[in-house]
Amino acid sequence: MKIFKDAGHLFRLASVFLVGGVLFLVLRGFLVPSSFGQYGHYRGNAVKEAATQPISYAGHQVCESCHADILEVKSKGVHKGVACEACHGPLAKHADDPASVQPAKLDTAVLCFRCHEANLAKPKNFPQVVSAEHSGGAPCETCHQPHSPAIVAVAGGSQ
Amino acid sequence: MQIPVEGFMYPNEVELQWSVLIVLYPFLTGLVAGAFILASLERVFMVKAVKPTYRLALLTALAFLIVAPLPLQLHLGHPERSFEMYLTPHRSSAMAMFGFVYLWYLLAVLVVEIWLDYRHDIVVMSQCTTGWKRLVYRALTLGSSNISERSLHIDERVGWLVTVIGIPSAFLLHGYVGFIFGSVKANPWWSSPLMPVVFLFSAMVSGIAIVLLLYMLMCRIRREPIDMGCVDTVAKYLFYTFIIDFSLEMLDLIHRIYEADESFRSLDFMVHTRLYLSQVVIQILLGTVLPILLIGATQVLKLAEKQRKWIYVVAGCLTMIGIFAMRWNVVIGGQLFSKSFLGYTTYKMGFATREGLLTAVVLTVLPFVILWVLVKLLPPWPEKNSALSSVAVAAHGAD
Ligand code: HEC
Ligand code: HEC
Ligand code: HEC
Ligand code: HEC
Repeated sequence: MKIFKDAGHLFRLASVFLVGGVLFLVLRGFLVPSSFGQYGHYRGNAVKEAATQPISYAGHQVCESCHADILEVKSKGVHKGVACEACHGPLAKHADDPASVQPAKLDTAVLCFRCHEANLAKPKNFPQVVSAEHSGGAPCETCHQPHSPAIVAVAGGSQ
Repeated sequence: MQIPVEGFMYPNEVELQWSVLIVLYPFLTGLVAGAFILASLERVFMVKAVKPTYRLALLTALAFLIVAPLPLQLHLGHPERSFEMYLTPHRSSAMAMFGFVYLWYLLAVLVVEIWLDYRHDIVVMSQCTTGWKRLVYRALTLGSSNISERSLHIDERVGWLVTVIGIPSAFLLHGYVGFIFGSVKANPWWSSPLMPVVFLFSAMVSGIAIVLLLYMLMCRIRREPIDMGCVDTVAKYLFYTFIIDFSLEMLDLIHRIYEADESFRSLDFMVHTRLYLSQVVIQILLGTVLPILLIGATQVLKLAEKQRKWIYVVAGCLTMIGIFAMRWNVVIGGQLFSKSFLGYTTYKMGFATREGLLTAVVLTVLPFVILWVLVKLLPPWPEKNSALSSVAVAAHGAD
């Protein structure tokens, strides 16, 4: 029993650690959300919460069901791979109720160089222009048709 | 703010994500691991000559370890969330697991070892101080004032065990930091299995150097004579670890040059341009070769005490600068070049920003402030202790 007496302080130290550990576990019980780990290493309820968020994008198939004329033009042009809402912005509200929600007019003087402004970091074969030199600030629409912008194709088709 | 860029960079590489604080972090943990390993020399490997630095080394390790996570906290946009890695640890993340290594090392190794070693003094001081100091020491005794010979003997044995466990923990602590860089396979400047080993040895070098400097400084402040036997031994260990560290770094370099993989030309260009000053001049020439030569001279030549002291001070300071430069070149250097190997960016350090120069300076000074408090609270000097222990004997006898 002498050993216990002389090692008493070590037991005290151990109990400090023990209390700390228990405190941590109690705290953890309060702080970790109950649905944590339900599906993976995250809060399960987060999925439900995300699902309740309002939908902003309708997806191009929805647009195309009403705007078949645009699809007609676009699917033949170089922008065939660019989705409607990449340019027009989120329009789910419009798709639900086209009569009351009108899409905003786009300004091609700013819209187009979001993708086409020349930048060294872009792949070389991606069409890009230095807009200041190329158009001198004029809206791109004056010469390019947004849904089928290649100049040659339009020149042959609509004039 | 326009960042000067040369050649072809990918857009997400233009701005550096890991700032000077991430340079500071391995520097600080390195000092912890190094100082602890120096302390364990005395304890486990029975190098009696370094005894005067034993307690100082432990306190230094503690002071730096307390500050070590702060640069990371400041780097995080949401520091309060960092605690979640303890609540819901992710086993596949080295960074998350490291949180536990850190806690283990801080609480189970350093604090316990210091407590065991100082317990005698703490008990004595809880009896011969007054006011709030008494309360602090009282709390530190955990309510046990048993300093019988047997209990101190038990402390000695347990302390030894803690140190033995502590050495691999210290290796883990700093090996991890190297591992974090060494395991980034997308970055050829970092990705190398030698990285943890290089970090470990440079940690030991910097830790030994800082304890050497602090010991000499403290002697100066206290107007005590420097124990030259001790300082010479510490310098000898500094010399040996430095040589191993330097050899490892050169091995890494030679390996890179000989292997000359697809990244080599790009990295070589970087070392000759943007990193020339910090890597070649400061890290290698001033921070490694010169101190090795200086300390080497003290090993070969018979120099007078005064000269040796000066050489140790100069070499120690150069070493600290060199090791800091090494961290800088790893962390910042690894982000200056593009994955395209065709372009380079520049690191612009803010001043009074969250991760700026001022913050880095404050975080560098902070451990010394903490160390000062620790030294006041738990004086590492044996002289004072012997005076105290006579009081203790009296106090104990009165119990
Ligand atoms: C339910 C059918 C419907 C769907 C789905 C729909 N729209 Fe419309 N959209 C219309 C109608 C009807 C108009 C009004 C036509 C008019 O005023 O000439 C219109 C007008 C527009 C206009 C403005 C035309 C102008 O003259 O200013 C744009 C742009 C537009 N839609 C884009 C879209 C996009 C993008 C989507 C897909 C997110 C979409 N629409 C989905 C029916 C629809
Ligand atoms: C490259 C960007 C871009 C894409 C992709 C795009 N649009 Fe447009 N769209 C424009 C611009 C620019 C205008 C002309 C300015 C305006 O009316 O807002 C326009 C005009 C329209 C108009 C008005 C009528 C017209 O013919 O001028 C409708 C309707 C329309 N777009 C629907 C669509 C639909 C549906 C899609 C997907 C199939 C689509 N857009 C894809 C840029 C684009
Ligand atoms: C969301 C990104 C995006 C936007 C916005 C966008 N484009 Fe495009 N554009 C593309 C893509 C993708 C291509 C096809 C590139 C390819 O074929 O590799 C393309 C191709 C083109 C081309 C064909 C160049 C050639 O090869 O001849 C022209 C011209 C063009 N776009 C003009 C415009 C104009 C004008 C606007 C503004 C109304 C615009 N683009 C807006 C993505 C965009
Ligand atoms: C004054 C008329 C005009 C305006 C305005 C104009 N373009 Fe063009 N653009 C052209 C013509 C003509 C061509 C085809 C000849 C060529 O390839 O140089 C062309 C070609 C392009 C190409 C293909 C270049 C390539 O290398 O394949 C892109 C991309 C383009 N324009 C984008 C834009 C954008 C973006 C804007 C708006 C900032 C714009 N253009 C405004 C006349 C114009």
